[in-house]
Amino acid sequence: MAPQFQLPFERPIFELEDQLSKLESQANPSTALLDSIRNMRVEIARLKREIFDRIDAWDTVKVARHPERPQTKDYIELLCEEFVELHGDRAFGDDRALLTGFAQLGDQKVLLVGQQKGRTLKERNECFYGCAHPEGYRKALLKMEMAAKYNLPIVCLIDTPGAYPGIGAEERGQAYTIALNLREMSQLRTPIISVVIGEGGSGGALGIGIGDVVAMLQFAYYSVISPEGCAGILWKHVKFADKAARALKFTSGELLKQTVIDEIIPEPLGGAHRDHRAMAATLKAFLLKHLKALSSLPKDELLERRYQKFRKLGVYTETAAVQPAPQSVPA
Amino acid sequence: MSQVDTEQQLEPDGDRPRIKRGVPEGLWIHCESCKATVFKKQVEKNHSLCPECGHHFYVSAHGRIEQLLDEDSFEEWFDNLMPLDPLGFVDSKPYKDRLVAEQRKTGMNEACIVGRGYMRGRPLVLGLTDSAFIMGSMGSVVGEKLTRAIEKATELQLPLVIVSGSGGGARMHEGILSLMQMGKVSAALARYHKAGGLFISVLTNPTMGGVAASFASLGDIIIAEPHALIGFAGPRVVKATVKIELPDDFQTSEFLLKHGFVDRIVKRPELRAEISKLIDYCGK
Repeated sequence: MAPQFQLPFERPIFELEDQLSKLESQANPSTALLDSIRNMRVEIARLKREIFDRIDAWDTVKVARHPERPQTKDYIELLCEEFVELHGDRAFGDDRALLTGFAQLGDQKVLLVGQQKGRTLKERNECFYGCAHPEGYRKALLKMEMAAKYNLPIVCLIDTPGAYPGIGAEERGQAYTIALNLREMSQLRTPIISVVIGEGGSGGALGIGIGDVVAMLQFAYYSVISPEGCAGILWKHVKFADKAARALKFTSGELLKQTVIDEIIPEPLGGAHRDHRAMAATLKAFLLKHLKALSSLPKDELLERRYQKFRKLGVYTETAAVQPAPQSVPA
Repeated sequence: MSQVDTEQQLEPDGDRPRIKRGVPEGLWIHCESCKATVFKKQVEKNHSLCPECGHHFYVSAHGRIEQLLDEDSFEEWFDNLMPLDPLGFVDSKPYKDRLVAEQRKTGMNEACIVGRGYMRGRPLVLGLTDSAFIMGSMGSVVGEKLTRAIEKATELQLPLVIVSGSGGGARMHEGILSLMQMGKVSAALARYHKAGGLFISVLTNPTMGGVAASFASLGDIIIAEPHALIGFAGPRVVKATVKIELPDDFQTSEFLLKHGFVDRIVKRPELRAEISKLIDYCGK
């Protein structure tokens, strides 16, 4: 079924699909009609490929935020034979923006950690549109430490605009809990796979992002700052978010080039929102492949590789030569 | 680093008070806290504190080294690391040009200095970020320097002190690589921690975003200078999100102490004695 919500650049696809459904609804179709239906299907597929092959960073953000894009709860439904949710951080509460639990994934038992944005208004309010509080990060670490204790691999699904920027979040140590997750995840003696399934919003994403394998769905984005935040600071207005999005080079293709991610997980034609099942099947195959490979590594080697994976990231030069100043530097 | 996606949350910032970095040129300076006009020389002699109200003015990384370490004991490490422009980033000006301008303005290659020195005779590894250089934000060079310094401290089994002055968090201009520095530095601190190293984190005005959400919060002991701005999300972003007035002391050192995230608030002139004492307690 076609999604209800249309992105502006998807309009030509929807128009053709409309025409197609009109043709398909005719009773007793002639051979000629069946031919044109077939041709139109081919044309729609071609158009989807053409449009989605060349969407820019800002349109990618829109796809990543598509209201019908599959979320963590959808993947739990579609990927897992069983999910045993584990609630609470043993200190403050149970953050609904960050879900944790045991999951049966094919023949693999894992701990699943996933950020949930919510679909209904009620759910969105409960989980702050996917913005976790310190209790969420604390809950995630607590459960991940337990998983390591019982040698369960960890799968993290990242989908957040960012950690919640609120008074309570600051009072309860948003910065500290994220920092602690970064430090402790680097030492967890069990395989970790982190996948950005939608939005990878800065520290809030990285807080469950220290993995042995880090991947992104094709139309996800993963950024140091939201395009709106960056535009507000550097371009002085959020209306320049599209410019910021392009400048930040945060699409899956760019991040693969920068060796920040290991793999891009392809989305169904026209984006994950068009076919949840197909997307989930691809993701499941990806996870099982890597879980198998990682589980065969000795733990010390696993940790050393995880350390080196982040250790090598960064672009700089070591020459002492001072760069010549260009003419155009303002005083 | 910021974290909010909803539009209209960041207003155009024409009316945003721009905090001026660096002590202004001239004989007299204006105290933004008590509004007094004070004699610059007197401020400098007083650890850059306002002689009238004790307000902590900005101090450069070099100035801090002088204040904290024994005279001429500092040996700078990795000062040949220079920033590059991995994204070809251009906002109001190209990042390449911005780097050169910041280097000229501050006389530093980057926002971070690391090295080894002595504090009242105690050997230690010291790292500092300087808010005068692109808001002290962490890009690849800052992350790499700190990581190397932490690795050296682990190897040499020396105490580690990092003085943070980073209002910018992770540096936007280098994109995702800046975010990854948070993971890199934190992983190095994990190894240092496991090896039994003592890390004292000193938070100064301002310590925000990705710096607060990585190494700055990971000290065994966390000290803050009085009235420093410390937090994860910028106060404007928080205000735009929650749409209520923020508490008066929101995201100050005192706020963090009250909520349990800072061990001690220490005035700048006492930092050297305090840190020395803490090192002695931890037997390093």
